[in-house]
Amino acid sequence: MAALEIAGLAKAFEHHRVLDSVDLSVAAGTMVAILGASGSGKTTLLRLVAGFERADAGTIRIGGETASGPGVHLPPERRRIGYMAQEGALFPHLSVADNVLFGLPRPQRRDRRRAEELLALAGLPASYAGRAPHELSGGEQSRVALARALAPKPRLVLLDEPFAALDPGLRTETRQAVAAALLAAGATALLVTHDQPEALSMGREVAVLREGRLVQVARPEALYRRPLDAQLARFVGEAVLVSGQATDGTVRCSLGRLALAPDMPDGEVEVLIRPEQIRLVPPGESADALARVNGVTFYGHDASVSLVLSEVAGAPELSARVAGHMCPRIGEEVGIRVEGPVTVFRVA
Amino acid sequence: MPEAPAPLAGVRLPGAALRRRWPPPLLLAAAVAGPLIVVLPVGEILLEVARIGPAEAVRLLWRPLVAELLVNTIGLVIAATLSAALVGTAAAWLVERTDLPGRRFFAVAAAVPLAVPPFISSYAWLSISPALEGFLGALVVVTSSYFPLVYLPVAASLRGMDPALEETARSLGQGASGSFLRVVLPQLRPALLGGMLLVALNVLVEFGAFALLRFRTFTTELYAEYRTGFNGPAEALLALILLLLCLICLFAELRIRGLARYARIGAGVRRPVTLLSLGRARLPVFALFVLLVLAALGLPLGMILYWLTRHGSAAVTPVAVSLEGLVEATFSSVWLGFAGAALTVVLALPLGLLATRYPGRLVTLLERSAYLGQGVPGIVIALAFITITIRTVQPLYQTAATLIVAYAILFLPLALVSVRAALMQAERRLEEIGRSLGLGWFNVTRRIVLPLAGPGLGAAAALVFVSIVTELTATLLLAPIGTNTLAMQIWADTSTLAFAAAAPYAAMMVLLSLFSTWLLARRFGATRLFQQ
Repeated sequence: MAALEIAGLAKAFEHHRVLDSVDLSVAAGTMVAILGASGSGKTTLLRLVAGFERADAGTIRIGGETASGPGVHLPPERRRIGYMAQEGALFPHLSVADNVLFGLPRPQRRDRRRAEELLALAGLPASYAGRAPHELSGGEQSRVALARALAPKPRLVLLDEPFAALDPGLRTETRQAVAAALLAAGATALLVTHDQPEALSMGREVAVLREGRLVQVARPEALYRRPLDAQLARFVGEAVLVSGQATDGTVRCSLGRLALAPDMPDGEVEVLIRPEQIRLVPPGESADALARVNGVTFYGHDASVSLVLSEVAGAPELSARVAGHMCPRIGEEVGIRVEGPVTVFRVA
Repeated sequence: MPEAPAPLAGVRLPGAALRRRWPPPLLLAAAVAGPLIVVLPVGEILLEVARIGPAEAVRLLWRPLVAELLVNTIGLVIAATLSAALVGTAAAWLVERTDLPGRRFFAVAAAVPLAVPPFISSYAWLSISPALEGFLGALVVVTSSYFPLVYLPVAASLRGMDPALEETARSLGQGASGSFLRVVLPQLRPALLGGMLLVALNVLVEFGAFALLRFRTFTTELYAEYRTGFNGPAEALLALILLLLCLICLFAELRIRGLARYARIGAGVRRPVTLLSLGRARLPVFALFVLLVLAALGLPLGMILYWLTRHGSAAVTPVAVSLEGLVEATFSSVWLGFAGAALTVVLALPLGLLATRYPGRLVTLLERSAYLGQGVPGIVIALAFITITIRTVQPLYQTAATLIVAYAILFLPLALVSVRAALMQAERRLEEIGRSLGLGWFNVTRRIVLPLAGPGLGAAAALVFVSIVTELTATLLLAPIGTNTLAMQIWADTSTLAFAAAAPYAAMMVLLSLFSTWLLARRFGATRLFQQ
């Protein structure tokens, strides 16, 4: 059963369309990540679901109950949602425990043990209960905010870029803790983010929002491997795009003849190759094409190598991802092999 | 996994090297001047009281008069503080959080009454009906004059509050009123309490308005006793009680200001708030707000205009107004204002330099003593100065110099806040960069410090100027014989009910005050200005 159903949702601010006929459904107990650049309308979508803003058109059903629809607007406090704002938004005048228990009926707000259970769920020690919010690090604040959102057992948890303000090391760790807590609570969640790795790693499905419209809703793998168009391909990850001619399950392009993914169009196409699909082999071994190394950015565990094809005049630079210990030198001649089937887009 | 607590954003820890530096002796000596003259009148009152024997002191204190003054003063302080808190908070919330029509206009209109001194408002109210004498009239006048002292910090606090907090409260099942009571109000507490104590302090030291409204408080009684002859011990005791009441408020205010102002946790881009729809209440609330602005601003200005159009003889007591008199009074007010502002800023400057460049325990002590001036009522300063000049430095008795020093005591705290903020703008780092680029201290001052701090110093001087032009109590008691300022002339005319005669002077004073305030607000932004 879908815990959240959105149909035909639209919203405009001062005649500027922010959301346009958005349809989305989130299955109970799963998380859907809304991925979009800034200004794509993703936060507005979340705020409409929360009830902070009123939709112009369309319906929002939470747990089967109509929260927004023609003539219906349930106020936020009656939607039974959990909301985790950017940077947590902990109440600065309350202790961690009082923050966590804020949404519970008055008699339960004294229950210290309940607060400690909820903190444990979010991966925080019980000793944090008496602390003031400002004594916590950013990551810890996020976890308290999650515990607070989960406390009243909401039908749906909304996460508004909760990790954006954290530094990268803390981000991964906090993300995992939050994902684990949501899973343990069996919560249905909607996550809004502009961070591709975050969306791909956390969402059971990822919905990409572009200029107020949902362009694709898919499992992370499918979205990454088979995006609907070239722009989307570049948005969800690094992409090498070359032109080619597709026939009978293969495509001819400057990198040789490559295998096509199933159900791909024939004819004049644009070929999507992910940098990690490009393998470098010593010259002389069998290769799809030859190239010269033009530049190397070394990251440690891996490296990004920019290549220029040797046999094609005026060919664009390609970029390949190689494991750190296989990193070539600048100026070196290498063979290129493309691994796995590729996706193509028909050229309009 | 517990992580190390992140350092608080916005807290600047002075480097150890900075803390250990010893200030140049000359600067230190210059900085001592300000606090010293502030302590002068307080010391004089204490000396006076120390001379009274215990039995005599008990007899003087145990009088029905003292009880009446205490009841009047404290009763009014409590009533005015509560009503200003209610009006100020409601106004701030309406302007910042609802779809009230004309919010931008009201945001300014709710701050401007501060530029109209209460003795002008009481003149306006009184000239409508003499029935406004007494407690009720006093309450109306001080509430309408001082509610901005609550409005401004509360509005700033509301503006600074992350809207996500209210939204989170809503998502956790709280309605609009629940989230106001459980989340918004607790965070307004420091701003609200701070503002209320400022109101209390201002009501305690107010003299002109209460004298006109014939409401007896410590200040009016002190003035009356001074006029009827010099009764040292009784007066000194009354002054001491008033001083103690003021200092209680001042220390409470300083404490609250020092307490953790609920800082926004984390830093990031904040979303604008979603304004609450007032729905059907929109028009009635709008009408109420219009009424408030009319009472606090429209009425004083309107009554001045009304009396301006009347002939002098049409008033209760006919007095002719001469253009020369007006020009002379304006000139006196302006020159005293300039001289007082200059002295005050000159006294504040070394203190500000010490506080920003050489923080330490001694410097903190000096700074605190300077702030003490805020808690010493003008009437107490004036009476102490009269005693000191008569007894010890007779040549200074009733001279402009004494009056200007009294102004400096009264407004040093005001100037110090701006001067300090201005010098903060010219960070040490920037001076060091100047030095590294080959500039000597003189050129560093000329090319880096002054351009950065200059506007702030100007603001400090302008603030003091406005305050002096609208000051009544000290001026009235200390002005040299033959000097007539705008405030003194308004006082003389209104206390004899010559309302039409007072009008041109009141108009000139309000014009001066509003114009300077407008200039300051345009230059530095209204909120920053008034928050000081």
